[in-house]
Amino acid sequence: MNLDDLEELASQTRTAGETCTHCVRVCMAAGCQSSGAKPVLERLNEQLGGREDVKVKSVGCMGLCSGGPLVEVQTRGQDKPVLYEHVAESDAAEVAASLGGEPVQRLVCPTNVPFFERQQKIVLENSGVIDPEDINDYIAADGYRALVTALTEMNRAEVLREIEISGLRGRGGGGYPSGLKWSTVAKMPADQKFVICNADEGDPGAFMDRAVLESDPHRVLEGMAIAAYAVGASKGYFYIRAEYPLAIDRLKTAIRQATRKGLLGSSICETQFSFEIELRLGAGAFVCGEETALMASVEGERGQPSPRPPYPAEAGLWGYPTLINNVETLANVPAIIRRGGEWFAGIGTDKSKGTKVFALAGRIANTGLIEVPMGIKLREIIDEIGGGVPDGRQFKAVQTGGPSGGCLPEQHLDLPVDYDTLRQAGSIMGSGGMIVMDESSSMVDVARYFMEFCMTESCGKCIPCRVGTQQMFGLLDKIAKGRGTRDDLDLLEELCEVVQMTSLCGLGQTAPNPVLSTLRYFRHEYEEKLTGEPPKAAHRHAEKEAQA
Amino acid sequence: MAVKRVKPEAPTADNRWKMVDITMRRNGYAGHALIETLHTVQDVFGYIDDPSMRYVAQALNLPLSKVYGVATFYHLFTLKPKGKHTCVVCTGTACYIKGAGELVDAIQERYHVRTGQTTRDGKLSVVSARCVGACGLAPAAVLDGTMLGKQTPDELMAKIEKVLEHES
Repeated sequence: MNLDDLEELASQTRTAGETCTHCVRVCMAAGCQSSGAKPVLERLNEQLGGREDVKVKSVGCMGLCSGGPLVEVQTRGQDKPVLYEHVAESDAAEVAASLGGEPVQRLVCPTNVPFFERQQKIVLENSGVIDPEDINDYIAADGYRALVTALTEMNRAEVLREIEISGLRGRGGGGYPSGLKWSTVAKMPADQKFVICNADEGDPGAFMDRAVLESDPHRVLEGMAIAAYAVGASKGYFYIRAEYPLAIDRLKTAIRQATRKGLLGSSICETQFSFEIELRLGAGAFVCGEETALMASVEGERGQPSPRPPYPAEAGLWGYPTLINNVETLANVPAIIRRGGEWFAGIGTDKSKGTKVFALAGRIANTGLIEVPMGIKLREIIDEIGGGVPDGRQFKAVQTGGPSGGCLPEQHLDLPVDYDTLRQAGSIMGSGGMIVMDESSSMVDVARYFMEFCMTESCGKCIPCRVGTQQMFGLLDKIAKGRGTRDDLDLLEELCEVVQMTSLCGLGQTAPNPVLSTLRYFRHEYEEKLTGEPPKAAHRHAEKEAQA
Repeated sequence: MAVKRVKPEAPTADNRWKMVDITMRRNGYAGHALIETLHTVQDVFGYIDDPSMRYVAQALNLPLSKVYGVATFYHLFTLKPKGKHTCVVCTGTACYIKGAGELVDAIQERYHVRTGQTTRDGKLSVVSARCVGACGLAPAAVLDGTMLGKQTPDELMAKIEKVLEHES
């Protein structure tokens, strides 16, 4: 396979697609499937299966999960597809009959709204457009072009340089410059190196990686292969949560298809580069998102972290230099190689380049998956893209970064979304979960919720985390139940500091963040609990409910 | 140096052990295949009991303590048999904000089981999940593999009741 072969394959698939006047895309990502997309797809296939001018395609996530099941109809000659929301099984016949005529107005979801217009898609560019189980569809969308170009026309140093120029930073939450990480591994003199894709998306309330893997798995494989070429690795591990069966299936299919096409495996594109990917399933341990714990798990051990240094880049899996990147980081790579590091560096802010995928959830009108340029304001995401807090309720806080992150109040909504600003404000970018809370949520309860999470997920290796999270949970529980004293609150704050400073890995070091950020911005709620008074907002809400 | 391995006898004549053997063989009986193997044991038998841990330990040439350590470390592995029906309540952040706690409480009140437990008659297991990824449909529950979105305690109770009734 060389560039010409790839181009020919792409144009063949495109020509085959042109015989269809209408393309009906049905979102079959987990969100829409759970709201009943499968019977809709079956009915549409029954209705339209026999027609040669129509192609019914199951695609990945279209983003607006709250509108699911989603169906999109693309008609040749029209620049904009028609999007239908809340399509029921019984609507399928009507949608099928409308092809070529007027769209079914009662189901149309307007796409000229900020939710769609304010997004900028790189990682999700193929999401909801291509069939994730068909490699030809990906190739027709310029897929694997970056890998083949890198292998046949660029040397390793050139690939590394593009990544460095792009300014890409790790999307798993840490924000470590990817170019630097890659170069460190590339420089190591070892005959065996590994690349690991971290798909152990453990943050509750985050489903970006799952959506990417379910919608465009080849993209991540391509990014991984390019990374392996650049650092000189021949073996890769894909560490994915066992809780994502659909993503695992699609990934397996994708690896099989790519290997058959000679885009993975031995002597890729008739070069000397070989790269093999093996899947490894997680078993439900949040701490395995931490890179040293993840490697222990790949080795079949308990997922317990080990002290750094040595960093995985120097001595990782089985002691060999190992590059670990998150799903979204790797999904950015093909676009960077294809369009150049300069192009990527032109998007976003000074220190945070490119885009970020967020999973919007909680008390917000439009829940779902969005991709926005770095530097966008939180307010734009919540009020414009997310459509604000529904039911006339009052916004209270937005939680980013999951159990390692924090809650930001109204006055910080004008902050730009980038790694450093969010950290200064007491939260983190995290992997991309964004949960909106309204006045009905008690911040003490939220802090207790996250502390309980960290307590159960603590691996038990280091004492500050194992014992500290337990003690902090006990104190939070006491305060939340109105039995806490001022001494308890002081002790809680002191413990936060100790656990933060002395824990071995990121889980413990960041476990106090939800407490610290809620104390910073919502201290009065803790204080009110101390005196036994219910928080005013929750009280008002209770009154309102009673009246209604 | 090739050491001749003696393959241990499977605990029972059950054909399902063949699936477990396949997983181990595919990984060359290497110790790092432990998690994969435990996944297979749980997939085919529903849970991981003492005899299976012993068998896996022998076959992979690992100390039993390590197998037990790994099996108990990961939340997904269970050492107890599950009930006939399983209700997973998502307690991810989005579901928590939208009232997953009320669902858990309602189940506890009605069936006297806490999350992670099975009713005495072995009919219903209640499990909590960290996040099932249906944040747009919060609060969510998964009853025998069927995703149920936007649940109220009453709705969920009615559905569980229906599944259990169908049984008897």
